Amino acid sequence: MARPPLQVLDAAPGAPVRVRSFQPPGHIRTPHYLRGKCGVIERRLGPFGNPEQLAYGLPGDPLPLYRVRFTMAEVWGGKAERPDDTLDAEIYGHWLEPA
Amino acid sequence: MPHDHLSPSGHPYRADNDMPLTYWQCMEIAMRELLIEKGVTTTAEIAAQIDAMDARSPADGARVVARAWCDPAFRQRLLADASAASRELGFDIGALRLIAVENTQDVHNVIVCTLCSCYPRNLLGLSPDWYKSREYRSRVVVEPRRVLAEFGLTLPDTTTIRVHDSTADMRYIVIPARPAGTEGLDETALAALVTRDSMIGTGLARSPA
Repeated sequence: MARPPLQVLDAAPGAPVRVRSFQPPGHIRTPHYLRGKCGVIERRLGPFGNPEQLAYGLPGDPLPLYRVRFTMAEVWGGKAERPDDTLDAEIYGHWLEPA
Repeated sequence: MPHDHLSPSGHPYRADNDMPLTYWQCMEIAMRELLIEKGVTTTAEIAAQIDAMDARSPADGARVVARAWCDPAFRQRLLADASAASRELGFDIGALRLIAVENTQDVHNVIVCTLCSCYPRNLLGLSPDWYKSREYRSRVVVEPRRVLAEFGLTLPDTTTIRVHDSTADMRYIVIPARPAGTEGLDETALAALVTRDSMIGTGLARSPA
């Protein structure tokens, strides 16, 4: 099955975003536990080559990389130790959509 | 007479590694020999790189932290671009892209890589074994307070914990809070208080004796 075309988020710090919840095969650097979760852009980094291409020896399309901040309540729901502790992760622009 | 597998100290012996090479070990040796044969690199260069990596240690990161404690302008540059600030102190960190996150009275930061074991080794040297364990990597994102308590670090409820998962191109160093009672210490004395764990976030900087 073909992957959907890359839609790359262009967003500034503070913007609310959601991690896409698709499940493509292959080398992925978006942790499973964050898929579908909503957070806020903490800062913008990059561009960096797309690791999903680099992992196979292909040239990596340059992508913005975002540090996204999630609350523990958003990630773990009622199981969070403390709801407003946070988790920051680096997510490439094609894995994010506006929320 | 290996009827048990404990040394006189009571600890188990580490198993000898005299089994056949694995697939990936063969691959590494073949690749290294080819690169040398074709003149891309030399045995001396490879040995020098290994020596350079072994020479890196948490003491390098500790010097960066101590400078940040003493020099507000350096601290600003470190928070803005930790790679450039580390190079400014003369550290050869190669292509390392570093972000510094700062502990304050209200915020405590802790670093993990859930996907593999990314670590700022070009500044801090090789990572501790536990940092690469599945247990640390999977638990610290779910229950950081319990994990930190197991490290002997119990944080008050008023402290917000920020866990940083190094999922991609950046690496992280925690700037621990400067301990109380260190006003008179110089930078070298301060650096001696900065532990490896305090720069991962599983500990605090030591208090002066």
